Amino acid sequence: MTTAVLPPLTKKDFQTDQEVRWCPGCGDYAILSAVQAVFPELGIKRENFVVVSGIGCSSRFPYYMNTYGFHSIHGRAPAVATGIKVARPELEVWVATGDGDALAIGGNHTIHMLRRNVGIKVLLFNNRIYGLTKGQYSPTSEFHKMTKSTPYGSPDRPFNPVSLAIGAESTFVARSVDVFQAHLKDTLKHAAAHKGSAFIEILQNCNIFNDGAWFSITEKDARSEHVLQLEHGKPLVFGKNRDKGIRRKPDGDIEVVPLGNGVTETDLVVHDAHHPRPSYAFLLSHMEHRAGFPTPIGVFRAWDDLPRYEDVMKEQINEVIAKRGPGDLGKLLRAGDTWEVK
Amino acid sequence: MSTLAEVPPVKHKREVIERAVIRFAGDSGDGMQITGSQFTNTVALYGNDIATFPDYPAEIRAPAGTIPGVSGFQLHFSSNEVYTPGDAIDVLIAMNPAALKVNVGDLKANGILIINSDSFKETDLRKAQMTSNPLEDHSLDKFRLFPVELQRLTRAALQHLGLDAKSMDRCKNFFALGMCYWLYNRSTEPTVRWIQEKFKSKPLLMEANRLALKGGYSYCEATEAFQISYEIPPAQLTPGLYRNVSGNQALALGFVTAAQKSGLSLFLGSYPITPASDILHELSQYKNFGVITFQAEDEIAAITSAIGASYSGALAITATSGPGMALKTEALGLAVATELPLVICDIQRGGPSTGLPTKTEQADLLQALFGRNSEAPIPVLAASTPGDCFWIALEASRIALKYMVPVIILSDGYLANGAEPWRIPKLEDISPIPVHFATDPNGFLPYKRDPQTLARPWALPGTPGLEHRIGGLEKQDGTGNVNYEPLNHENMVRIRAAKVEAIAQDIPNVLPEGDSEGDLLVVSWGSTAGSITAAIKAQRALGRKIGHLHLRHLNPLPSNVGEVLKRYKKVLVPELNMGQLLWVLRAKYLVDADGLNKIQGRPFKQAELEQKFEEMLGF
Repeated sequence: MTTAVLPPLTKKDFQTDQEVRWCPGCGDYAILSAVQAVFPELGIKRENFVVVSGIGCSSRFPYYMNTYGFHSIHGRAPAVATGIKVARPELEVWVATGDGDALAIGGNHTIHMLRRNVGIKVLLFNNRIYGLTKGQYSPTSEFHKMTKSTPYGSPDRPFNPVSLAIGAESTFVARSVDVFQAHLKDTLKHAAAHKGSAFIEILQNCNIFNDGAWFSITEKDARSEHVLQLEHGKPLVFGKNRDKGIRRKPDGDIEVVPLGNGVTETDLVVHDAHHPRPSYAFLLSHMEHRAGFPTPIGVFRAWDDLPRYEDVMKEQINEVIAKRGPGDLGKLLRAGDTWEVK
Repeated sequence: MSTLAEVPPVKHKREVIERAVIRFAGDSGDGMQITGSQFTNTVALYGNDIATFPDYPAEIRAPAGTIPGVSGFQLHFSSNEVYTPGDAIDVLIAMNPAALKVNVGDLKANGILIINSDSFKETDLRKAQMTSNPLEDHSLDKFRLFPVELQRLTRAALQHLGLDAKSMDRCKNFFALGMCYWLYNRSTEPTVRWIQEKFKSKPLLMEANRLALKGGYSYCEATEAFQISYEIPPAQLTPGLYRNVSGNQALALGFVTAAQKSGLSLFLGSYPITPASDILHELSQYKNFGVITFQAEDEIAAITSAIGASYSGALAITATSGPGMALKTEALGLAVATELPLVICDIQRGGPSTGLPTKTEQADLLQALFGRNSEAPIPVLAASTPGDCFWIALEASRIALKYMVPVIILSDGYLANGAEPWRIPKLEDISPIPVHFATDPNGFLPYKRDPQTLARPWALPGTPGLEHRIGGLEKQDGTGNVNYEPLNHENMVRIRAAKVEAIAQDIPNVLPEGDSEGDLLVVSWGSTAGSITAAIKAQRALGRKIGHLHLRHLNPLPSNVGEVLKRYKKVLVPELNMGQLLWVLRAKYLVDADGLNKIQGRPFKQAELEQKFEEMLGF
């Protein structure tokens, strides 16, 4: 028998025969396209991918990926995925979820998966609205937002998904945008290279129920004024003419400064995504809530020195086997005090 | 440290008796559960048949000395068969007034009552809301009362060790235990071994507990406190090697065995809940068997992680109690829709809501059978004794893996914590559980069914060419593609039901115990097996025509149940609920069955059952 050399995988290998049923113009198409483009480049066999989702528009994702896929129940994808990854650590497990799925009904599973550092990649499609149930506000909708369920404005203050993930001490946290294809693919690859939990918030447009939610970021003219692209080892510079930057204040806080007049890039914060402590990344994640600050995209945090949950579990089993020998069932059943009845 | 020297010279009277029921009762801080377990272990090792009933409060430490803080452990041991922990008790050890007040009503007239007289001061009596001292007011005259200064005597036995008073007082339960060993002519040796293991890193406490135990024994010896001691010879059990096992232990052992017999790795997803947590504790010790125990963030993650593990090829289980079952409901539906093997253990307790966390009940049957949205049939099994939990775990795993279905096991607090001698099976006598993973892409469809079992293939991630998607949306049979067509939906609903019904082909016909036809058929399920068996034996000994049908399979029911029901003039279904199996039997077989229902967080007493039988039989 000769070993056939398999042709390299292509984007087409990851497309299914199922008709994609998102609304025309939905940002999800762009995300699907980027993921299908990146997966073949990861050097992982197609059969080893498992895409898990919960419920919502984004959670239809597995049906369109020609991999193993599990469309589970609302909010529970991180728990299903944890079961898969712990039972079979060699599998490459990705979760597709939305702002309602991951942060409302499934908030608990999201934070626990992240704090355990299970080696799962989470794609959170954030469109700041409930789409599949036709337009109620979500945990990321703006304060006072008028929606079908909040005709007088939302009384809720929103979650910032990146802050939440960093707060749960996720070892990899990033943000990208559906329409920034190159950036999105690049971010996906960064996440794929990370061993522990990787959390990516993808700003995604719902053109039916919340059109233009990210307009200030995606609109061509405004984009460079409002977006700060994070790159490890590079100073935090933004603006159409790269004329603004982020500087540390003596009290530890940060501020926006115009470059020039004696202020140069050497005065700015140099992005350190690999810092072991999450506080710096958390500070970055908060800047978009402040007047005059840009919205950062890219990798906030990528600290991969923490052992993965599934490895810790496996190691524990190996240690016990090394110490006590492999389990002997007959002995186990006869454990403790026994007596013979003749 | 030989104990041989301690076997009392037969200068006082020794009486050989057939059986005894003993109850240790005290404050929840008094160590009654340990005391009871030690006594149990010792008499079981000696060869007596046993049944136990640990009964403790939900509060870890209710205010000391009060009624809500009373913890009890009852043991029935005999040279003959034992089916129940016993209705009335022969010996009561009461460590304080509250324990006396709660338990003395169950003590037989002329029963032995051992009381810690050091804890009957006025303040102690007040905590138990007693207005007069029962040691002085003659209210205990009908018992053989033995007031013992347990605190003073224990301190005296330990005074040379230099322990503080509190630490010495904590040993008084072992002083009482030593007395009971003397009373029943049992060796202290097994408990000494246990003390040595338990306190091996605390030599002083080891010595203190050992001395307290020996002190109690010697006290009886020296003072001839009881004048009489008893001997209960070993029981004639089926030959074999035995050990003591509780229901939760047996479930854990059953699952480890099922994993080995199926060649799968075992995954438990669980969230701590009384009275199921011991399954998690047990299995988390078996890491050298490759067992993965995942303590999840909640009940939902416990089951959904298990579903994920099942999807990727593990023998996946989850264990909980009623409130946890309620939380798992949606995920159960997912397991039904995705047709994945999974075993869910519901260790029932009193409800609704938080209910009676440490008390037993059988009121989750209808929840197990029907408690999901839409048509979501799930096979349901129920264990009847602590040891049967082992076999039920194997049977549930076998069904789950053969039919690709979730399976619910019903146990309860009484089985979970109760113990009995268990004949250890030989591994070669347990047949393997065949498992087949799909590997051939040729003609593979995720919902292509085995014609006999209707099971779909188990295609694991990592298998080349079998990439497919599953989920909770309705799907087309065969392809598994999302499908909302009306007739397809009806077809799928019917297939999922037929698949569960098909399991009946593997369930042997039931054979009623006792009379195979006659005046009364008693139908039961779960942990009531023991007391009902005992009650029927007693009634049949009086010449009454009674049959007993005890069901381990509750969905599907064995095929001949309807036929058996017709052979008797009357049918009675005793249950620790409002009549749930009764409801099922009446609906399914149109039988005019009657119920006996007790909802007190406690098992049936034999006398209650016999009274109802007699009422139905017209006596």
